[in-house]
Amino acid sequence: MPSNKSVSDAPIVQFTNCRILRDHRLQREDLWVREGKILNPEKLFFDEKGSADVQLDCKDSIIAPGFIDVQINGGFGVDFSLATDDFKSGIDLVSKQILSHGVTSFCPTLVTSPPSVYHQILPQINVRNGGAHGAGILGAHLEGPFISKEKKGAHPEHCLRTFEAGAFQDLLATYGSLDCVQIVTLAPEMRRSSEVIRELTKRGICVSLGHSVANLSQAEEAVQHGATFITHLFNAMLPFHHRDPGIVGLLTSDKIPAGQRVFYGMISDGIHTNPAALRIAHRAHPKGLVLVTDAMAGMGLAPGRHTLGQQVVEIDGLNTYIAGTKTLSGSVATMDTCVRHFQEATGCSVETALEVASLHPAQLLGIEHEKGTLNYDSDADFLMLNDSLYVQATYIAGEEVWRQDVSGM
Amino acid sequence: MKLIILENYSQASEWAAKYIRNRIVQFGPGPGRFFTLGLPTGLPRDHPESYHSFMWNNFFKHIDISPENVHILDGNAPDLQAECDAFEEKIKAAGGIELFVGGIGPDGHIAFNEPGSSLVSRTRVKTLAMDTILANARFFDGDLSKVPTMALTVGVGTVMDAREVMILITGAHKAFALYKAIEDGVNHMWTVSAFQQHPNTVFVCDEDATLELKVKTVKYFKGLMLVHNKLVEPLYSMKEVGAERSQSKKPYSD
Repeated sequence: MPSNKSVSDAPIVQFTNCRILRDHRLQREDLWVREGKILNPEKLFFDEKGSADVQLDCKDSIIAPGFIDVQINGGFGVDFSLATDDFKSGIDLVSKQILSHGVTSFCPTLVTSPPSVYHQILPQINVRNGGAHGAGILGAHLEGPFISKEKKGAHPEHCLRTFEAGAFQDLLATYGSLDCVQIVTLAPEMRRSSEVIRELTKRGICVSLGHSVANLSQAEEAVQHGATFITHLFNAMLPFHHRDPGIVGLLTSDKIPAGQRVFYGMISDGIHTNPAALRIAHRAHPKGLVLVTDAMAGMGLAPGRHTLGQQVVEIDGLNTYIAGTKTLSGSVATMDTCVRHFQEATGCSVETALEVASLHPAQLLGIEHEKGTLNYDSDADFLMLNDSLYVQATYIAGEEVWRQDVSGM
Repeated sequence: MKLIILENYSQASEWAAKYIRNRIVQFGPGPGRFFTLGLPTGLPRDHPESYHSFMWNNFFKHIDISPENVHILDGNAPDLQAECDAFEEKIKAAGGIELFVGGIGPDGHIAFNEPGSSLVSRTRVKTLAMDTILANARFFDGDLSKVPTMALTVGVGTVMDAREVMILITGAHKAFALYKAIEDGVNHMWTVSAFQQHPNTVFVCDEDATLELKVKTVKYFKGLMLVHNKLVEPLYSMKEVGAERSQSKKPYSD
């Protein structure tokens, strides 16, 4: 069919015979893509009198926005908190491999480390678009070192710090540069945290509360100063208590400023959180749930010993403990298994299971106009999945960057 | 006139769809030989419920029509009368309308040819009757002041020039209009009555729409359903069109 493109000469691809996730529902609609963005076919038809150059039959697949992982410490033998000579090739390897898990954008996460590590590693992390080379990098997630000693989890105690002396300047000196930082996890009960949170929020950095013994009012104060995320809810924080719900209480707090939403990360690998706890959180505040993997170097590899920053981690099946202890440390979960496990554990709809891994993280980072949806003019980062939510193909900017090998390998 | 009476809305819709399909297939469209389908116009362009969105979502996106072959009256054109005149020219250039499919208003209007419209009118700007404005208010949050008071529409004369006209009427609220259209005289207050003078008209309706007709009329046409159903069975497909072309004679004439 001839197409008369008065606006652009770029080829138009029409994905047919599919169900797309749009407006929170799976709809039987075609997906149109041009120049890496989702195209509005009605405008194309009436305004440009254009039509598709290529039509692809998706064989009744589900098409969903690509997954966004905002907490991933490494994988496939690569540790983002380890300053090696070939750090760049390490991050490239992970970004390429996670395409097969359906992740099209991610935040490489650094656990608590000495300042020298941040000074060496952070300049090597660049915000960049995804493509055939791998998933896009949205920016770094710095989890620590301004966290609580009592809730350090797997983080090394000797590297923990406070910012009570110089507040934001202390933080800046520790990290060296905040240029490519997207998220910072800190404990809000620390002295002068409010100033730090305000300063970070002013720079467009998402502040997350975690590894903390804060009570609910301290947590609410942090949110009022700009904090919008909770790092792996339930883990590394005080347990929910009915007279002081602690950070968990933010899910139903009435002190959240109008127009602001608190998001919370959950690792739905079946290990970090009991499915019943997952359901309680989801039912209490469904629109804030963000799936994260918190995957570490051992993800994608055989069981055994791997590093996570300054620590050694032992992997046995799905369990990842600090060697010789029962302290959980990262995970070996992949995003697509988290999505499937989440759907199974909560009994939620397919649409919800897909949105907690795509739309909600995009909303958390304030990028939902470009990522996390299949709305017109947003980036054409999407997945083809079967009905059991197994990823069959991954697309970034409208180009296929990964496809399930038909032989099943 | 053929009056096709089906039991309910879905059956009436399905019969009409099959009829249109058979007509298109038997016409044998191809490169340079277009089946020109005429449809009435609707709301102004920039409204979210606009006619363009309606037509895209309910028709165009489901078929493989080229955008160049779609002609919709543009309510935002700088010179509305010129737009209407150009539309008439485009119809001539396409070889005339093969089949015009429309509905009927409760006041008996076809397209936006409100009561009092000339029965030989052409495509033009038309002021809308209060009934129509009230009916359209639902697209403008019930705010009457927001509903457009004028529309571009094909004229009664324009539709009469079509080689065949199909009118779809369903629901009890249209029953009186149907009575006026086919059992009373030709009258510019009920513009659909003009088609009594068209050689090739099909009225497709449901039981509720026949409530104001004489029992005699309804029984007569129901009795003809055996013959009329031959128009939709067998259902032809483009692939077999060669073999069936020779059998496209109508089973009887009006």
